[in-house]
Amino acid sequence: MSSSPPAPASTVPGSPATSRTAPAEAASAGKGASETNSVTIDSAATSGPQSSGSGSGAGPALVVDGLTVTFDGASRRGGNRQVHAVRDVSFTLERGECLAIVGESGSGKSVTARTLVGLTGRGATVRARALSFGGQDLIGLREGAWRQVRGRRIGLVLQDALVSLDPLRTAGAEIAEPLRTHRTVDRAHRYERVLRLLADVGVPEPARRAAQYPHQLSGGLRQRALIASALAAEPELLIADEPTTALDVTVQAQVLDLLRQLTVDGMSVLLISHDLAVVAGLADRVVVMYGGLVVEQGPTRSVLAHPRHPYTRALLAAVPALHPRGARLSVAAAGRPGHPRGCPYAARCARGDDRCRTELPAMPRAGSATDADAPGAVVPGAVVPGAVDLDVPGAFEHQARCWHPEPADGPPAAPAVVPAQAGPATATPLDTTPADTTPANTTPADTTPPDATPLDATPAATPTQAAPLIEADGLHKRYRSPDGTWRTVVRDVSLTLGSGEVLGVVGESGSGKTTVARIVLGMVEPDAGSVRLAGEPWSGLPERTRRGRRPGIQAIHQDPLGSFDPRFTTERIIGEAVAAAGVGRARERRDRVVELLDQVGLDAGLLRRRPLELSGGQRQRVAIARALAPRPRVLVCDEPVSALDVSVQAQILDLLGDLRRDLGVAMLFISHDLGVIRHVSDRMIVMRDGAVVEAGEVDQVFDHPRADYTRALLAAVPRPVPR
Amino acid sequence: MTSTSTTALPRPLPPGPGTGAEPAARRGLTGRTVALAVARRAGSALAVLLGAATTAFAALQLLPGDPVAIILGPSTMASAQVRDQIRHDLGLGDPVVVQYLHYLGRLLHGDLGWSYQLQQPVSALIGDQLMPTVQLALAAIVVAVVLAVLSAVMTAGRHPALRAVASFWELVSVSTPPFWLGILLLTVLSFKIHAFPVAGAQGFGALVLPALTLGLPVAGILGQVLREGLEAALEQPFVTTARARGLSQTGIRARHALRHAAAGLVTLSGWLAGTLLGGAVLVEKVFARPGIGALTLQAVSSRDMPVVMGVVMLSALVFVAISTAVDLLYLVIDPRLRTD
Repeated sequence: MSSSPPAPASTVPGSPATSRTAPAEAASAGKGASETNSVTIDSAATSGPQSSGSGSGAGPALVVDGLTVTFDGASRRGGNRQVHAVRDVSFTLERGECLAIVGESGSGKSVTARTLVGLTGRGATVRARALSFGGQDLIGLREGAWRQVRGRRIGLVLQDALVSLDPLRTAGAEIAEPLRTHRTVDRAHRYERVLRLLADVGVPEPARRAAQYPHQLSGGLRQRALIASALAAEPELLIADEPTTALDVTVQAQVLDLLRQLTVDGMSVLLISHDLAVVAGLADRVVVMYGGLVVEQGPTRSVLAHPRHPYTRALLAAVPALHPRGARLSVAAAGRPGHPRGCPYAARCARGDDRCRTELPAMPRAGSATDADAPGAVVPGAVVPGAVDLDVPGAFEHQARCWHPEPADGPPAAPAVVPAQAGPATATPLDTTPADTTPANTTPADTTPPDATPLDATPAATPTQAAPLIEADGLHKRYRSPDGTWRTVVRDVSLTLGSGEVLGVVGESGSGKTTVARIVLGMVEPDAGSVRLAGEPWSGLPERTRRGRRPGIQAIHQDPLGSFDPRFTTERIIGEAVAAAGVGRARERRDRVVELLDQVGLDAGLLRRRPLELSGGQRQRVAIARALAPRPRVLVCDEPVSALDVSVQAQILDLLGDLRRDLGVAMLFISHDLGVIRHVSDRMIVMRDGAVVEAGEVDQVFDHPRADYTRALLAAVPRPVPR
Repeated sequence: MTSTSTTALPRPLPPGPGTGAEPAARRGLTGRTVALAVARRAGSALAVLLGAATTAFAALQLLPGDPVAIILGPSTMASAQVRDQIRHDLGLGDPVVVQYLHYLGRLLHGDLGWSYQLQQPVSALIGDQLMPTVQLALAAIVVAVVLAVLSAVMTAGRHPALRAVASFWELVSVSTPPFWLGILLLTVLSFKIHAFPVAGAQGFGALVLPALTLGLPVAGILGQVLREGLEAALEQPFVTTARARGLSQTGIRARHALRHAAAGLVTLSGWLAGTLLGGAVLVEKVFARPGIGALTLQAVSSRDMPVVMGVVMLSALVFVAISTAVDLLYLVIDPRLRTD
C-alpha cells in the first residue's frame, strides 16, 4: 500500500465540482425517473454552500486512512487468535454529507464506527495512517480527550433504542446527560433544552415524553429520543449504526426522513447498515465492506446502478423487493476458500480464480486514484461516466477492490445478471412483471428471467381447490391490560391456507399477526371463532386430543437461538424432534437427522456443534430442519428472516422456496417486510390493529392496493434507488 | 436515584387524552402505585404473621415437658393443688382450639404472653432488648452495603489483578466464622491498640467492632453479587451509548450500571438483614452486649417458651417488614415494574 497521505488539499471541493454537477446529472440520469433526478439536484444544492464553508476550513470533516483494527481474542479452543476485524479502510466524510458503510455482520462496519469514537472494545489494536476529525488527530487520544470528542463532536446512535437507552431512566434524563457531561447548557436551562431537542426530532408532546421511560415509548419515539440524546451536545458528526433495523417499515421511513433532514441542516452523517435499500435514499456515497475490507466505494447512484464488485451485486440481488417472485435471491457460494492473503470474498465468489485466492486486489485511495502504485488498483474503465464529481465535493470515484470487476458500463444491477440466479430449478414463478409501486425502479423490464413463464390470473387456484389445510373463521382474541382494561389484539380474522400454498401475513408490530400465528398453532385459544386443521376441528380441543395431530403443523420463529437449548448439540436438537416423530432407533434417528440437515443445506459436520457455535443463517436452517422432522404439512413461519442480514435472509428465503417445491409444504408466512411477503407468498393478508384490512392475491395487493393503510405501507418501503 | 433529580424533570404528567399508543403503561412512581403495592403487601404480611404464630403455637403444643414444672423450677416442692391452680390460671386445661384462639386474641392486643422464668410480660422483655440489637443490625448492614458498593464499583470490569484482590478478601470474609472474627478484632483493636471498648453497649465506639464482625461476611457476599450485577450491566448496549456521550467510566458506574445491579443487592441485603438477627446471638455473646440474641439464648436454654415464641413472632415481623421494603425498593429502582 502506498504510504503517501491522502492529500486533503486535493479533496477540497472546488467550484468546478459543483458546477459540473448539472451536466453530469443530465448524462447519467437518463434512465432514472424524474423524481430521482430532482432529489439528486437537491442534494447537490445543499452541499454547495456547505462545501464552500469547509473549503476555507480544514478540509474534510472526517479523514480515515488505512484504518486497521485487530482483536487479540483468546479463541474458544485455548489458542491466542488474532482477528483482523478491519483492514486498511480509508474514506473521508465532508460536512453536511452522508456516507453509508454497508456490509453484513462481521464485515467490520460496526467496529469501524466504534473506532471513530474510541470505543473499539477490549483487546483491540487500532492502527491508521491518518484518523482525524475536523482537524483533530484522533490517533492515540487518551481516554480523557476521547470524552471531549464523544457526544460533543461525534454523536453515536445504536440500533435498538429499547436497549440503547437506559431502561431505568426517563428519556429526558438520557437526553440531558450529554448536556450535563459537556456543560453546553447551564443547569437552569437544561430541561428547556431537552424539550426543544425532543421537539426538533419530531416528538409530539415533548414534556410528557421526556418524563416517560423507554419501555413506555413506541419504537419510533424511542429511536427519536435516542437520536435526540446523540444530538444534544450539538456534535458535528452523527454516526448511526443500524438506526432503523429493529423498526417497522413506516417508522423506519420516518427515522430515515429525520436523518435526511439532519444532513440538509448541515450535519455529517455516517450511516452503518446491512441493507442497501435503507441507505439508498439517504447516502451521498456508499462504502461496501466485506471481511474487514472496503470492497467497493463510490457515489450511491453509481454503486447501486452499476455495482462492480460481485459482493455488492450479491447484496443487491438479495433484496427481495426488487425481484420477480420465485427468482433466486442468493448467489450460490461457488468459490473456494483461499489463502488468508487473498480476497476474502473468493470463498463465495463465482468469479474467483487462483489469483483471487492468493493475492488481494488493491483499492486506490480516495482522491489519489492516479498515483496508486499497487497493481490492479486502477481497473480499466473504473470510472463510471458521470459518476465522478457527481454530487460529491472532492473526487470520489467509483472503485471496486476486485480482480474481475463488472465493467463500468456493464449491465446494471438486476436479477438476471447474477449468474446463479433464476436457474431452471426455481420455485414456480407466478408472475413475470417486476411491477413496482414506486416509479423509480432500477430494475429494467428486460431483465426478467427467461424461465419465468407467465401464468394466468388465478395462480393459486390449483392448490386451493383441494380441501384447505387451515380454515380460520372469525377469530377474536383479547387480553387484559395491567390496568384492568381489555385490549382486543385480534378481531374477526378469517383466513384459509390451501395445501402447498403460501399465505403471507403482513403488518407492523402490534398488529396481532403473531397472535394469529399462535392461535393457528393451537398455542392460544381464540375467544371467538374457530380454526380447522385439514378439515377437522383444531381450536377449542383439549391438548390431549390435539397432541397426536401436532406433527402436522410446525413453527419456525424469528430467533432460533432462543428456541434451542444452548447445551444441546445440533444432532440432539433435531434428534429430539425426530424421536418425537416416532423414529426410535438411534441409528435410524441419526440417519434422519443427517437427511434433514442435507435438506436444509447443512453439512453433517455440524452435528456436534452447539447453537452458539453456529452462524445466524445456520441456526435458522437448524430450526427449519427441526420443524421438518415430523414431515409437517403446514409450517407457520413467524418473522423467520427478520433477524438476519439481507444476504443470509436471501439464502433462507431461497431454502424455504425449495422446500415448498420439493416437499409441497404449505406455509403461513408472517413478516413485517413487504418485500419478503411479496417474494414468497401466493396470497396475502394485511393486518392492522388486529383486523384484516386487505386480502387478496399478492400481485393484486401490491399493484392495486385498495386500503389506504396498504398504500401507506407500500410507500414506506425503502428501495435501493439512489437519490 | 439522584440522576433524575439533577435533571430537574417533573414527575410524570397524568395520562392525558393521548395519541392512541400505550394507554396503560404511562405511569411514574405515583402515590397510587405505592399505595396499591403497600396494601397488597400488607395483606400477605398478615398471612405470613398468622402462619408464624400458628407454627410457634403448634411447636409449643408438640414439645414434651410440663410448662408448670418449668415455671416452678427443678427444686420445687409445690403441692398438686398449687400446680392445678397455675395450670388453670394459664388456661392449660382448656381444649387446644380454645387455647389457640386465646393466644391469637392476645397477640392481636400485642400481648405476647408472660415469661415463665423472668415473670415479666414477654413484650416488655423484648422491648427492653430490642434497641441494642436493631442498632447492631442496622450498623452491620450499613457497613456491609458501603463496603460492598465500594469494592464492587472499584473493581467491576477493571483490571484482572484488582478483581482478584477483591475476590480474595470477599472469600476470606465470607468464610471466617463471626465469633472468630470478633475475637480477632477484639484482640487486635481492643486489647493491643485499645482503640475500642472490649464490651458493653455504651456509645458509638462500642458499636464499631460488633458491627464490623457482623457486617464483614455480609459485605463479602454482597460485594460478589454486586460486582457480577455491575459487570452484566456494563455489557449492555446502553452503556456504549452512555460512553458515546462522553461519560467517564466512574460516571457510568454511578449513573447507570449501579442502579441496574442494585436489584440483586437489595434482594440479598434484605434477606441477609433478616438473618442478622440470628447472627447477632453469637456476636452479642462475644462482645457481651445486651440484646435479643442474649435474650433468645437465655430463653432457649431455660425452655422459657413464651419468650421463644415472642422472638419467633418478632423475627417473622422483621422479615415481613424487610421484604415489603425490598419490594417497594424494586419499584423505586425499576420503572418497568410499575405497571399495575
